[in-house]
Amino acid sequence: MATVIIPTPLRKFTNNTARLEVKAGNIHDTIRELTTNFPDLKKHLLNEKGEVRSFVNIFIGNDDIRNLQQEKTAVKEDTVISIIPAIAGGSPDQP
Amino acid sequence: MVEDAVKTFPDECCGFMFGVEDEDGNRIITEMLVVDNSKPGDKTRRFEISPLDYLKAEQYAEDKNWILLGIYHSHPKHPAIPSEHDRKAAQPYFSYTIISVMDKDTIAIKSWRLNEEEQFDEEKLIDFQFTQ
Repeated sequence: MATVIIPTPLRKFTNNTARLEVKAGNIHDTIRELTTNFPDLKKHLLNEKGEVRSFVNIFIGNDDIRNLQQEKTAVKEDTVISIIPAIAGGSPDQP
Repeated sequence: MVEDAVKTFPDECCGFMFGVEDEDGNRIITEMLVVDNSKPGDKTRRFEISPLDYLKAEQYAEDKNWILLGIYHSHPKHPAIPSEHDRKAAQPYFSYTIISVMDKDTIAIKSWRLNEEEQFDEEKLIDFQFTQ
């Protein structure tokens, strides 16, 4: 089974588990398998339309799935998938 | 962290904080990791951390048996109060420590964490010192 690495901020929604195994054959099904097994993850991974949120990056190894086949990217037995929250912010626009 | 904020001024700096949580939930920062602000273009009011730097930070925490406790960044010429940009991009659980650098001699630090309503609550900083 493929492995999904859950980022630290989302581990409270996976019973503090950092690595999960999934049976899914592609990224789309991987995300659905995760949100079915851990429903509290859903709002952190998917938007209202059921698409992966823009603040969430999904990598296979060091490759962003946006540069692969996006959610259709295949997942094999030895695939390691990382969910990476976008880290950003900054000062207010007005001083 | 302060050194990074002063050195990077007037741009925003950023980095990771690692450590442990004690039985009362207090967070003890044992190490910081400075990373590049990967925001393209003007960095005076925005910061970004690249996904690959994030991956390395998670791996570093695992290797050292620490917890990735949060993110620090600076607010050049602004108070150490989270902006709406900070709040919208904030992750649950993480501490967000902000270093205000009004000029190189006027520095303030505050730390924040999202609550269940996705608003920031200020965290108390204990035994916290900095020197310039």
